[in-house]
This record gives sequence, structure tokens and C-alpha cells, in this order.
Amino acid sequence: MNAVVKRFPLRLDTHGGRIDMTHGSGGRAMAQLIDELFVKHFDNALLRQANDQAAFDVTAGRMVMSVDGHVISPLFFPGGDIGSLSVHGTINDVVMSGARPLYLSAGFILEEGFPLADLDRIVASMGQAALEAGVPVVTGDTKVVEKGKGDGVFITTTGIGVVPEGVRISGDQARPGDLILLSGSIGDHGVAIMSSRENLGFETSIESDSASLHRLVEKMVTTAPTIRCLRDPTRGGVATTLNELAMQSQVGMRLIESDIPVKSAVASACELLGLDPLYVANEGKLICICSKQDAEQLLPVMRDDPLGGESRIIGEVVEDPHHFIQMETLFGGCRVVDWLSGEQLPRIC
Amino acid sequence: MKYVNEFRQHELAKQLAAAIRDEADPSRDYNLMEFCGGHTHAIFRYGVQDLMPDNVRFVHGPGCPVCVLPVGRIDEAIQLVEAENVILCTYGDLLRVPASGRKSLIKVKAAGGDVRMVYSTQDALRIARENPDREVVFLAIGFETTTPPSAVAIQQAKAEGLKNVSLFCNHVLTPAAIQNILESPEVREIGSVSIDGFFGPSHVSSIIGSRPYEFFAEEFQRPVVIAGFEPLDVMQSALMLIRQLNEGRYEVENEYTRVVNRDGNLKAQRRVADVFELRRSFEWRGLGTVPYSALKIKQGYQAFDAERRFAIPVVQARDIKGCECPSILRGAKRPTDCKLFGSVCTPDNPMGSCMVSSEGACAAYWSYGRFRQPVQRSA
Repeated sequence: MNAVVKRFPLRLDTHGGRIDMTHGSGGRAMAQLIDELFVKHFDNALLRQANDQAAFDVTAGRMVMSVDGHVISPLFFPGGDIGSLSVHGTINDVVMSGARPLYLSAGFILEEGFPLADLDRIVASMGQAALEAGVPVVTGDTKVVEKGKGDGVFITTTGIGVVPEGVRISGDQARPGDLILLSGSIGDHGVAIMSSRENLGFETSIESDSASLHRLVEKMVTTAPTIRCLRDPTRGGVATTLNELAMQSQVGMRLIESDIPVKSAVASACELLGLDPLYVANEGKLICICSKQDAEQLLPVMRDDPLGGESRIIGEVVEDPHHFIQMETLFGGCRVVDWLSGEQLPRIC
Repeated sequence: MKYVNEFRQHELAKQLAAAIRDEADPSRDYNLMEFCGGHTHAIFRYGVQDLMPDNVRFVHGPGCPVCVLPVGRIDEAIQLVEAENVILCTYGDLLRVPASGRKSLIKVKAAGGDVRMVYSTQDALRIARENPDREVVFLAIGFETTTPPSAVAIQQAKAEGLKNVSLFCNHVLTPAAIQNILESPEVREIGSVSIDGFFGPSHVSSIIGSRPYEFFAEEFQRPVVIAGFEPLDVMQSALMLIRQLNEGRYEVENEYTRVVNRDGNLKAQRRVADVFELRRSFEWRGLGTVPYSALKIKQGYQAFDAERRFAIPVVQARDIKGCECPSILRGAKRPTDCKLFGSVCTPDNPMGSCMVSSEGACAAYWSYGRFRQPVQRSA
């Protein structure tokens, strides 16, 4: 007879099984789900302690903390899925302060009936993304809602990190005369998501740019600790992010459209759908605002990183009491690049 | 991008701008109405006005499908959702248009009404197939461009024997609207509004061809140039209009030859003629009641006509007080002439339809052009 008593006599069925209400009830079914799915993919020493919290030592200095809820549809898309996205998104929010990311937490809201195979795939992808980034998921939570009260799976991740000495990056630091840097082509993520929505029915080779930017940021901060602003242009795209920064810093900006890289497949898809790539989401790009001197040092460093190969200066910060973002168009005219209002919608006629 | 980037080249734009400056007679004005919201959008998005001399002006017309739908028709659609419990499918922009009683379709949806944004009429058919126990109504709007897909959907629904889908038809016709503008007192009475020539629609003309404009070019002695939606198309067409005006000609010319011919898309026209017929009159926001300016579903397809299937009470609704959308749609006022513009009416909180769609003149002014002039504030 085997001396080791198996904790759960039957393994979790990650092929045909589905989430049911017992997986959120706090009983054995939930314990098994945590053991055989979450701990399996997130495996690390802190999580293995199986406490309701993760305890760790902190270093002196400024800490940053950021939270991000992910409610994306579809859950799987070209170049990623909700799992990897929930890791990259929160790490990026943490590192846009110049911080080194340390730990993540993950909260899952699962809908009754959600296939365990899909959950397994999502959590594996999260685990992989966390491993690659070297930022472990050290604590988590699972809830199950009745069928019809969720959309498959919602994931909320929180991240913490430590900011190196002397770094004061913040959205309110942009000054007239500063330059605006962008780390690569825009709109890839949003177009990849839209192309995988069944009712749009178009195919593209574009993949999401979903990626964790902490290594790129670390190099940038080491090169130029006096960077003023960093932000990742996610929802609402580059246009919305620049408007946020202009408002926070009480400045205006001038962009040169021809200097903003857009892949031709993204441009074509946007053209077809009547969208403006400036407003389409990115998940692996950053905007950096810094002095001219810093820009000269930063550009080669950014271009040297696999995630910043196409880094460009796309404009400059100017004085403007209206805090407008103005853009010299490819066509040679000038226009305001406004906040996004409502959602971007394909035009009718 | 083929057929797109070629029409956005800065160098060519500079050459065209120089040609326009050379040929435009400084002793006169050129007031050119772009009928279509698509042109309005292109003019603002690419900053085309910056490249024009001061005496060449764009007058924005009513060619925005969302903008011209009267409030009453949206109220009626809301009735269908609230009273008849139908699944109402429509194109996205329409969801945000303000209706009576501070309602809009998006608010009705938030309150539990089954309103769904679709990208095509095919989505509405799919929803009908997936929900055989529910009535599905497609709220159809738009000019001649969106009419053929509506016709196809109705033909398909009939062929398939779908019993639970119908179309609330609000399709309108471009030539009737242009004629109405030219007959309006503001244009006829000298010194009020002057429109010297027209940019003809691009997508609409791909369906109906250039022939339908020939009547009023002749009758009203105004040149028409059918123009593509790209910025170079607009500039080339402006030059063609200026030449016609300088030479005293009023012809229909076609700049958009890569798509439009004189007869249009005959196959699409046949489909439309099979399903739709002219309405005796239809109310337009801004233009009022315009005879023979819209379509309704023919007798043979009456089972798919939401207006026959449901007892939709006719609603006479008023625009919000102070809203100048009607005058703006006729080209009689500019967005900045409206007291609501930029104060209480912005794209985030539209009071009038012209602020909703990106093709609406107010939204285009606000989003792309408001740095040009100080924003008006109401007292």
C-alpha cells in the first residue's frame, strides 16, 4: 500500500471539467483548484506557504503599488491572452514610475460553467509571463459567480515595486521644451483584439504587442534618472495618454504625424474600420517625456532593447494655456488631437 | 496602403494648394458645400482648410446619417424597446444621440433595454437566428450607401423564412436633400447663405452614380464635383469647382473616377428597387419635411417592416432649446454660432446630433479645429 495519502483522490479535470459553485465556496474543491491549477503555474516559495497573505522583507526607499482589472473579450487573441495581459499590464503600470517591480497578487472572478481547460491555459500563460518578468505572483484570491453574472473570467492584479534613489518620475513633470519619445509602432494590441472579435470578420497578421516593459525602463532610468514622465499608452491610445500628461503638467504638446510609427497592416485595418490609430490601445509601448539632453542619451539605449527598436521622437512639449495636443498632419495641415469621447466607432456612411 | 497613402501626400497637397491660390479670383468668394460628413471629417482631420486661401470656404452640409434623423424617430425606436421588448440592433453612433426626456438608446440599454450595437445588417440576422423567441428590429439609417445592405438582409430574411426580424426604415436620399437646401429661403434670398458649388458624395455616388446630380446642377446653376473622401480628393475637387465657377460652368464633374461612374452600381440599385419604394415625405432634422426624400419597405416585404408589424406611435419631438443643429445642417450657421457649442454641448455630453457622430460638423469642429478660434461660452 502507498504510504502517502493523496490529498485529492481524483485529479482536477482540466480537459472536460468546468468551474462550478463549489470552486468558490472555500471547501475542498476550492483547495484543489488552488493546489492543482494556481499553485502549479505560479509556483514560488511565498505562495507555497499557503497563507492568506504573503510576507516579505522590504527595502528602504519609495514603494509603488498599482492595480489593474482585466475584463477583456475575447479572452484569447493573437499575441496573448487575458492571463499574460494581466501580468504585463500591472507590471507596466508599476514600472512607469521608474520602479523595479517586486511582487504581484492576482484575484480571479470566475463564472460558473467556465471550462477548466481555458482557465488552465490562462493561468499557465500568467505563470509564464510572471516567470519571464521575474516578478512572482505571491498571493491570490478566487471567487465564483453564478452563470450569467460574469463573462467567463475577470482577473485583477496588483503589483508593488521599489523606486531607485533619486528617481522622481511623474505625470506632472513635463516642461515646455521637453521632447516626447515613443518606444515603437502604435495600435497593434487594439487591432489584434478587434480582428479576433467574430462579428468584425476580418483577418490580419497583426499580433498584440503585450509585453512587460520593466527591463527597458530599468535601462532608461539608469541612463537618465532625470526622466520627467513615463506612461504606457493603453486604453484610449497615445492620444488619450498625451492629453492626460498635458493636463497633469499644465502644458501643451506639438506632434509630427509623420514621426509616429504605424504598421501598414494596422493602418489598413484602422482605415477599413474608420478608426484613428492614435486612439487604439497598446500593451507593450511607452511614452517618455524628458529634456533634450536626456533624449539624446535615451534614444540609442531604447533602440538597443528588443521592445524599443523603433523608438522615435514624436514631438515636443510647448506652453499652452488650453493644454491642447496639436499635430502637424502628414498632409501638411494642423489639427487638435483631442481626448477620446465615448468609444471609437466605425463610421456609417 | 494602396489607394490611400497616394491620396494623402504632402508634396502633392502643396502643389494643389499653389494651383488653387493661382486660380482662385481674389475679388470673389468661393463657398463650397461638402454635402457629406465624410468630407467634413477629412477636411478637419487633415487640416485641409489650412491649405486654402481665405476666400475659399467649406460650408458643411447635412450628409451625416446620424445627424439628420429627427428626435421623434429615436423616441419611436425607444418605444419599441421599452413597450414591445424587442432586441433593437443599430449602428454604434446612433446609440448616443439625445432623444426626448433626456433619454438616448445607450441610457435605455443601461436601464435594461435590449439594445445592441452591430457592425452590419448581417449581425442583426444572426441575432434573430439565435433568438427565435424574441422580436429583433434593425434600426436602419443612412443614405444610399447603407441601403443596399438593408435590402439584402430583407431579401435574405424572406428567403430563409425568418419570422422574428424586421427593419425600422429610416433610409434617406441624397439628391432630394441637396435640392431642398438649394430651394431653402436662406439660399434663395440673396445675402443670407451663399453656396456656390457642391462636393458630391463619394460612397453614395458609388451606388447611385453621377447622373442623379445632373438635374439640379442644371436647374440651380451650381457646379457639382463628385469627390473622394481622401484629403487630396477634396483639394483636387475644390480646384475643379473653382475652375467651373471661374468659367461660368455648372456641370457635374467626377473627380472620384477610381470608384464612381455615371450609372453607379446597377446590381445594388436593383436590390434596393426590389425591396424599397419612395416615401411621400419624410422629416429630416434641420431640413424639415422633405417630399420624396426617403424610402419605405414595399408591400411585398411588409412582413419585415417594423412600422407595419408594431403599432409605433408617431412622436412629434422637439430639439433641445438653443440647439442650432437644424441651421448648421443647412449650412446656415457654423457650429461656433451655437450658444451650446463647447459650453454644455461637447462630444462627451452631446445635446444635438451634430456633436455625436465624428461626421457631424460640431464634433469635427470640437475635436479637430477648436484651437483655431476661442471657444464660445454662453453667458
